[in-house]
Amino acid sequence: MSQAVAHGHDDHSHLPAGWKRWLFTTNHKDIGTLYLSFALIMFFIGGAMAMIIRLELLEPGVQYVDPTFFNSMTTMHALVMIFGVVMPGTVGFANWLIPMMIGSPDMALPRMNNWSFWILPFAFTLLLGSLFLPGGGPAGGWTMYPPLMLQTGFALPFVIFAVHFLGASSIMGSINIIATIFNMRAPGMTFMRLPLFVWTWLITSFLLIATIPVLAGAVTMLLTDKYFGTSFFNAAGGGDPVLFQHVFWFFGHPEVYILILPSFGIVSQILPTFSRKPLFGYESMVYATASIAFLSFFVWAHHMFTVGMPLAGELFFMYATMSIAVPTGVKVFNWVATMWRGSMTFETPMLWAISFVVLFTIGGFSGLMLGITPADFQYHDTYFVVAHFHYVLVTGAVFGMIGGVYYWLPKWTGHMYDETLGKIHFWVSVISVNLLFFPQHFLGLAGMPRRIPDYAVQFTEWNQISSIGGFVFGASQLIFLYLIIRCIRGGAKATDQVWEGAHGLEWTLPSPPPYHSFTTPPQVTDAVAHS
Amino acid sequence: MNLDANRKTALKLAGCALAMFGFGYALVPIYDAFCDITGLNGRTGELSAAEAAAIKPDPGRTVTVEFDTNVNGQLPWAFRPLQRSVQVNPGEVTLVLFVAQNDSGRMVVGQAVPSVAPAKASPYFNKTECFCFTQQTLAPGERREMPVRFVVDPQIPRDVSTLTLSYTFFEVPENLRDSVPAGNNKQSS
Repeated sequence: MSQAVAHGHDDHSHLPAGWKRWLFTTNHKDIGTLYLSFALIMFFIGGAMAMIIRLELLEPGVQYVDPTFFNSMTTMHALVMIFGVVMPGTVGFANWLIPMMIGSPDMALPRMNNWSFWILPFAFTLLLGSLFLPGGGPAGGWTMYPPLMLQTGFALPFVIFAVHFLGASSIMGSINIIATIFNMRAPGMTFMRLPLFVWTWLITSFLLIATIPVLAGAVTMLLTDKYFGTSFFNAAGGGDPVLFQHVFWFFGHPEVYILILPSFGIVSQILPTFSRKPLFGYESMVYATASIAFLSFFVWAHHMFTVGMPLAGELFFMYATMSIAVPTGVKVFNWVATMWRGSMTFETPMLWAISFVVLFTIGGFSGLMLGITPADFQYHDTYFVVAHFHYVLVTGAVFGMIGGVYYWLPKWTGHMYDETLGKIHFWVSVISVNLLFFPQHFLGLAGMPRRIPDYAVQFTEWNQISSIGGFVFGASQLIFLYLIIRCIRGGAKATDQVWEGAHGLEWTLPSPPPYHSFTTPPQVTDAVAHS
Repeated sequence: MNLDANRKTALKLAGCALAMFGFGYALVPIYDAFCDITGLNGRTGELSAAEAAAIKPDPGRTVTVEFDTNVNGQLPWAFRPLQRSVQVNPGEVTLVLFVAQNDSGRMVVGQAVPSVAPAKASPYFNKTECFCFTQQTLAPGERREMPVRFVVDPQIPRDVSTLTLSYTFFEVPENLRDSVPAGNNKQSS
């Protein structure tokens, strides 16, 4: 071990300067920075698409954009936010933090790490470039259901190859994370001493390896159906379009946990720090996360209750879905219990973490409502579904990530961010995001379908409120961008521990940490183990 | 030593990813088998004509079989059953007729996809002769009466009194056509 470490150090004593440093880097911190910067850029691209969607929905009727372009905006917004923001963003956190948290000098497979990042710009060039092809970008929804998706023009192979690339990137990233956690832990860093963020990423990585290849298979079948005469989903040739939905959601449901579990981990690091108490129920948190991941493989058909399923199937998938509320409830309970009677302070990361707990739980409850089969027949494909998954993904996954950025930014840059600006960012965001998504529950219950550029006039008021909330939420993210850039360029010097209540190996390193985290592995005892 | 361990872990996990890619494709036959066993998706039973003829009809019970026809997308055909429904005794072999007409000025090849509802009754519904067993080619303006011969298994659950047999006709694209020449469709029996 020590030999490998010493060797690695020699390799990097003369860093290439300028752009070559970033292109050829095998350093986990550089690659983490690349991932996070990429996710931030994509956040604004996907956000701009959302602004176009909300602008068109400001009034009934077709005002600003062509309906086909509107459809490709909803499709691309989803693909960019899922594959371009949440997945690379959380991998960025993993790259930066896992080696520092487990006391290792770097990731286990640094060259592959470089690859898995640099595939992303190519994949997104293909995906975003398809918008400029004759016939426009993909407009069949991010779920890509045939036969609709097969009516896509030149954009179809571009989207499919982009998905292949993105999948390859995620699988390589996951292999790297698992290899790091299995083989690179410092002496004394047993599995039950891993910080919860490391645990959630370990489990997420297994989900990725198990499900991304299934998505790759499903989109390959679409490709061969369209161009090579196969009939996987073509009824005229003996195929079945419903089969695609089964295969897609076999990937798709674990995918939603891939998106949320790393944020669960981030929040589980933030809450104990600012409550000045250890995380309540550490072991039950680990088992709950694993149970959620395991159960996620048996609930996929709740996305397709209305497809025509026998009663037994509907009941099975309904009860399996409801059962996930149990481990999720354990997690929410533990977060609340962590704060209970703690010496709480409300710095910006804590504000995001607390709002995560509250707002994610609202999204979880609307998910339970959707899981009730008979009720789902009313909610299916309405704005209620849109409201639900934006509560779990925006105020869940994204809020967790933003909180994580505030929490570790002083560690990463060595500078404190502007606390006042951070609080302004939080309050504007948290108010506007509820203005944006809460009315969509009412729209959905009243019957407004999703994925349409126009709507009946009785939906006007709530749509206008939602659009105004959307514009404010979008604009408030510019504060975030400004704050990050300013923090990178300077600011008050951050201490090693940064936060008074912070525990864990990453806080024993200087801020910013040295290029190689732990050149001599630290000895981990219960005293320094998870917060 | 550590590098070897990393390489081993990476290879094992890459193997898992590859296996899951295979599993994605394996879901296709698994889905097919699952539908056959459970009768999901309106899959019907598979008795041969001889087996069907050997069944003893149950005169003490009647079930209503309704017929539903659809034409998918742009297929320029008119397609309807000659009878909306029939009453049959389970076990009795029954012949019904459907009619399709090509309203366009071009030759069109169609494939009918059947489905039976409710799903729990579909395994007991057996077709021994059906125009859906092969592709149908209609010349411009051609009208064809097409037979379906079926038998309802007397084992059908007691609480099922009505079955619906539904057909949707799809246009078969060039590359998926059977090599059988147009107009030579012999119904299999």
